[in-house]
Amino acid sequence: MELRGAAIIVTGASRGLGAALAEELGRAGARLVLVSRDGEALGSVVERIRAQGGEAHAVVADVSAPESASRIAGTSGALVGPADVVIHNAGTLGPVPLSPLADTSDADFEQALATNLLGPFRLTRALVGSMALRGRGTVVLVSSDAATTPYATWGAYGVSKAALEHLGRIWDTELSAAGVRFLTVDPGEMDTRMHREAVPEADPSTLLRPEEGAARVLSKLREAP
Amino acid sequence: MRDVVQDAATTVSETPGRLLHVDPLRGTLTDTRIDSLPELLRPADLLVVNDAATLPASLQGSAEGEPIELRLAGEEPDGTWRAVVFGAGDWRTPTESRPPPPALSPGDVLRLGPGFRARVVSRSELSARLVRVRFETPPDRFWAALYLHGRPVQYAYEALPLALARVQTPYAARPWASEMPSAGRPLRLELLARVRERGVRLASLTHAAGLSSTGDAALDAALPLPERYEIPPATVAAVAETRRRGGRIVAVGTTVVRALEGATRSAGGDLRPGAGVTDLRIGRGFEPRVVNGLLSGIHGRDSSHFELLSAFLPGAFGLLYTLHVITGRYRGHEFGDSTLILG
Repeated sequence: MELRGAAIIVTGASRGLGAALAEELGRAGARLVLVSRDGEALGSVVERIRAQGGEAHAVVADVSAPESASRIAGTSGALVGPADVVIHNAGTLGPVPLSPLADTSDADFEQALATNLLGPFRLTRALVGSMALRGRGTVVLVSSDAATTPYATWGAYGVSKAALEHLGRIWDTELSAAGVRFLTVDPGEMDTRMHREAVPEADPSTLLRPEEGAARVLSKLREAP
Repeated sequence: MRDVVQDAATTVSETPGRLLHVDPLRGTLTDTRIDSLPELLRPADLLVVNDAATLPASLQGSAEGEPIELRLAGEEPDGTWRAVVFGAGDWRTPTESRPPPPALSPGDVLRLGPGFRARVVSRSELSARLVRVRFETPPDRFWAALYLHGRPVQYAYEALPLALARVQTPYAARPWASEMPSAGRPLRLELLARVRERGVRLASLTHAAGLSSTGDAALDAALPLPERYEIPPATVAAVAETRRRGGRIVAVGTTVVRALEGATRSAGGDLRPGAGVTDLRIGRGFEPRVVNGLLSGIHGRDSSHFELLSAFLPGAFGLLYTLHVITGRYRGHEFGDSTLILG
């Protein structure tokens, strides 16, 4: 798909993969609405994109909060018009060091589902009606190999990503005829703050840089019709 | 603790509403359900919807040290906003019982949240409640601040406050509407997919639906105020194609009628794409040039929308419709049942 001029929402855009995606999309000429809880870090990403001549707007919101979906969708609609693409990148592992399921609290499990699954569900629901009416739209779900491989201690995260992928498959079955497509992308293991907190012993030289992960996601997006 | 509100899930889990089908050509009134809509349309027809999302248009704040509620009634081309100001109290009191706001003059500051302020630019001669304001927040931060501090306009007939997600149509896009363009609320994606499968085309426009009541009789009588709209080229092309195929143009909501008919009149009789503002008032005797049918809510004789409905209800049909709505116990209001006037 053509990214120039496309109205694109990226969640979790203040650092790591989300920030790298935003900067690359900014260079490609997309009109961006960037979402994060961290307003300060998000403001820096927006400034960097604008300094390079791109268009980006910040929306400070927590995707796990029920009221965030209509706030993000509405602000985005006002600033860049109906969304062509939404990239659900915001994610949480839960408290680190990671715990086995038997030691995971209800609250931590629920928070992982709220951020990684319910948030994308609600924001997608707020956007797909307009996409279906216009007969076009793309929803990108950033996933992980933890969705299919049962890594010990990655329980809440792995379950939420497995559910997210299935959510995408069902949405796709329901809405592909209306022109809305769903892409699930595993960008690979990256040297991000989230990864360092989860696996502090990992050798950074064996990990992808966030920019490389972003390139993988965007190549899938560009290939989409 | 999270506020107890009606959220999007309330809409999604709602039982599909009833539909009163009025066929002015056959002279029939038929009780059915909104799920029957696809069967009431013909393959060559065009359904035109208003994709305006509902704004968090209600802001609580203060002016001159007095509590106020500001309801945004529409953005002006110069970036100022038309707004209606209420005095102390909230939505639980019907608008007509709300006290008036403190006397406002140009230059007065309205405090609407931490760091979120607007200044009165002018006051309407029509009503002291109707003002034009300019927000003193940089444009880039205005929308974030509005969505942080604003709430959707609430209705005194509801038991619980409505979350913003609850007052959106299923296909809402740009936030232009002060209140929900509610005729489209029952059009779930599954229903629209069945409409499409029938061969009916769908098209959209954006129309800034205004406030439904202001608490001031003189101002209420002047509603709807001029409202802006934007009609995309694809919708104009779909209207032309539908006419060529002998299909009918069915407007979803009175806002769509206003936009299509207003745009046609301002262009001298031809529907053209683009943005505009319409002050068109539609009532008995009005002859639509574009629209052949209307899907709307249920509107009693006491509502301003009934006047608009009358344009599509010839002769004594207005009275028959009213009697049928009462005896059939149809639900009015934003979350009520629907009417399809189509022959």
